Amino acid sequence: MSEKNFNVIGKGKPRYDGRVKVTGAAKYCGDLKFPNMLYGKMLGSPYAHAKILSIDTSEAMKIPGVKAVITAKDVPSLKYGISPARWDENCLCIEKALFVGDKVAAVACVDEETCYKALKAIKVEYEVLKPVLDYMHADEDDMPQIHEKYAKNINTEIHQEFGDIKKAFAEAHYVRTDTFVGQRCYQCPIEPHSAVCIWQDNKLTVYSSTQSVHYFQHYIAREFELPMGDVRVIAPFVGGGFGGKLEPTGLEFNGAALSRITGRPVKMFYDRQEMFQHNRGRHQGTYKITSGVDKDGKILGCHVDFQTDGGAYTSLGIATAYYAGALLPLTYEIPVYKFDNRRMYTNLPACGAHRGHGAPQPKYAFESHMDNIAKAMGIDPLDIRLRNARRPNTETVNNFKVNSCGMKECLERAGELSDWRKKKKEGLPKGRGIGISTGSFVTGAGYPIYRTDLPHASCMIRVHEDGTSATLYSGTVDIGQGSHTILCQMAAEAMGYRYENMKMVASDTETCPLDFGAYASRQTLMSGSAVKQAGEEIYRQIIDMASTMLNLPPEDLKCELGVISSISRPKVAPITFEEVARRFFVLRGPLIAKGVYTPPRLGGTFKGAPVGTSPAYSFCVQAAEVQIDEETGKIDVERVWDVHDVGQVINPVNLHGQVHGALYMGLGETIWEQVHFDSNGKIVNGNLGGYMIMTALDMPPITSEVLEDSYEIAGPWGAKEVGEGATNPTIGAFRNAIFDAMGVSVNSVPLTYEKVWRALKEKRESENK
Amino acid sequence: MSNMIIDKDGVRRYVVSITVNGDEYTKMVKSNTLLVNFLRDALDLTGTKKGCELGDCGSCTVLLDGKTPINSCLMLAVEADGREFITVEGVASHEKLDHIQEKFIEHGALQCGYCTPGMILSAKALLTRNPKPTEHEVREAIAGNLCRCTGYINIIKAIMDASGQEIPM
Ligand code: FES
Ligand code: FES
Repeated sequence: MSEKNFNVIGKGKPRYDGRVKVTGAAKYCGDLKFPNMLYGKMLGSPYAHAKILSIDTSEAMKIPGVKAVITAKDVPSLKYGISPARWDENCLCIEKALFVGDKVAAVACVDEETCYKALKAIKVEYEVLKPVLDYMHADEDDMPQIHEKYAKNINTEIHQEFGDIKKAFAEAHYVRTDTFVGQRCYQCPIEPHSAVCIWQDNKLTVYSSTQSVHYFQHYIAREFELPMGDVRVIAPFVGGGFGGKLEPTGLEFNGAALSRITGRPVKMFYDRQEMFQHNRGRHQGTYKITSGVDKDGKILGCHVDFQTDGGAYTSLGIATAYYAGALLPLTYEIPVYKFDNRRMYTNLPACGAHRGHGAPQPKYAFESHMDNIAKAMGIDPLDIRLRNARRPNTETVNNFKVNSCGMKECLERAGELSDWRKKKKEGLPKGRGIGISTGSFVTGAGYPIYRTDLPHASCMIRVHEDGTSATLYSGTVDIGQGSHTILCQMAAEAMGYRYENMKMVASDTETCPLDFGAYASRQTLMSGSAVKQAGEEIYRQIIDMASTMLNLPPEDLKCELGVISSISRPKVAPITFEEVARRFFVLRGPLIAKGVYTPPRLGGTFKGAPVGTSPAYSFCVQAAEVQIDEETGKIDVERVWDVHDVGQVINPVNLHGQVHGALYMGLGETIWEQVHFDSNGKIVNGNLGGYMIMTALDMPPITSEVLEDSYEIAGPWGAKEVGEGATNPTIGAFRNAIFDAMGVSVNSVPLTYEKVWRALKEKRESENK
Repeated sequence: MSNMIIDKDGVRRYVVSITVNGDEYTKMVKSNTLLVNFLRDALDLTGTKKGCELGDCGSCTVLLDGKTPINSCLMLAVEADGREFITVEGVASHEKLDHIQEKFIEHGALQCGYCTPGMILSAKALLTRNPKPTEHEVREAIAGNLCRCTGYINIIKAIMDASGQEIPM
């Protein structure tokens, strides 16, 4: 089925932006400077929950160099957010501040130092209210209500049932319930968020470290009641996002307002602590799972019952809440499924779309639960997974259509690579254990973030007049994942051209056709499909022109790597793409083409059915081997194996880089990372010294492999996602490895050394009794 | 002590001469101006990044006296008076990339690229003082440079390859 004779894709082409990044020439948003530019900062609430009684800005305004101080009355009061039913956030707080750091006022000054002086001089009178800090008790009667519209602090409530769960459990050979607990994590891109806003001549230009120029354009235009055409959003180089830069921060809105007032460009930026406060990172949750299995361990039905901490605002969290349960029936064929979830409001920073959106913590719970079942029934963890593994061309119980699916092959290969059978048969040395876990993720969301009938991706290609280069214009954003590189590879492949001659203009709403941007692992498939279409249109036009020039029928011509030759007459001298393109321009004008992509209608009709739909799903398996020190609980990671079904690989170097990076984040969340708060809701480790992201010394060896002959019918040349799926199995694989090594289960993440040590101590004590 | 003036608001400003990538710059700075901001704002050498301003991330790494990697967010411009620095802009010569830079591209040792300038300078310092490091020494040398994208694997490979040694892992 798959066509493997590619000239450009499938090859480890060097990164499109490699050179500018290694020389320091690449300009990120915070590096930009404009004539007459001011610097802006926002004032954050010192309290987690407080009524704003008054704000006095007069002293701040007296400070030399302070050009503007704004409060809620100077900005639009229109609430923003993800879905109209849940617009709950304001540019600046109007009556109440809802978490420590919530935006209360903003300043624009001649330099950064003056901003801090101005912020200090703003006098805010607060009435401190009792904060809601514990999501598990947020609905209790003595808890204050955070948002007027949401009783009992329930932000989102989900109840879905597919099939008769009671019946499934009644018929089961074994029914088991387990509960696991997750933690708050933060994406922590190394580049802090910033925005430069320039409101001049009735037009607003915003440079922003964003993952989506289109959504930002939409949100900003809506907030200021501007036509979309008068708002230009540009993402310069973006220093990582992982979901944290997918929604407006207040920097854009308040920067725009400050620029309008002062008539000057305003650069707004967060410091590291402010990034942690803005957050939009991983939701913490409590995950209760009950499954019934037959005597072979085959799943008959599952009921997952979750409660999660959404923080002070909805953010993208309504999607997270649905994703948490929606994606679980992917890797295993679960015939009957019940999914309940409540996303709670608390007076903590809002949570949102963190790499692997909603999936990793529930997956940890589910994969741990699977091992508990396997152990209780005396089934090998690999076997129980093989027995339940999804097959290709199936549909999940919640109506996701799965085309390609190498779940079984991934499991088998991971078993081989990790020497699973031998290790299980012969046993491992004391303190050593091995665990396995699965994952799957969407290749682009089936529906946009806000309701619209716009296509999800589009692009243009223009071949230069003399044919020596071609430019791809695309609204996509390369946040580091390498999308520019692979899109240029795809364009060149489709055009019969060379990657090395491709240029790209991207991430600019004014010069590029619409693309929804970098989230939900969508650009390879969705943007790539549009690029393929445009490239093929160029190819057709080149062949057509060459046919006139060579006096040969178009069907007899092929164009590869910029050389056009006759298929049937090898003796006919080939001509170059450059010659043909130049001739085309002389006779017919610009050689251009466009491409567009809209996914097919996907999913069921029940409430929440769209979340989790996708044209294609990646599948992966990770196995991890650990050595546990019984005295200290220290976890030494011997090796991790990742086997991925990603469809056709576009760039193997980028691909494995994505796996390494996702595994790195997943492992960080497994053992180290957690945002901690004091009893007033203030972050205590909002810096890179206290929030433990792994260093080069902590990173274990990884083996990363892909299934060679996977082909996805819905993807360009058979491609699907890789960037997020690899975060899915990690926590579960490690929990299961520790379980295997020591026979103890750590039921909450992070799986710190201390928790392992405590679990071992408890086990010893109970054995001694 | 460098020359100092007191402006009309009573703020002290110092004249400093700092050599960056072989060029000497004489500028006026405040006593609290960080070296990283001096490089980025006064010289517009924005290849030196800021990720934390607390000495935690290493994005602001520059080489002091051409060889010692330091966090430029932890040094004041007045302390840097009379000293020499290399920033990422000074690593390639005349459009020709340094060997380490080439290896970073070849191995996909960068994704978003925000940590890359600091990584390259730490790697450069390592290979200058220890041309054949072990894999562990490579990890140690870049342990102060946080990268959120790559999981370090390809960075370690690139540095080992740049040292002409076998690529681990
Ligand atoms: S900015 Fe200097 S170490 Fe982070
Ligand atoms: S490449 Fe993004 S932080 Fe290292």
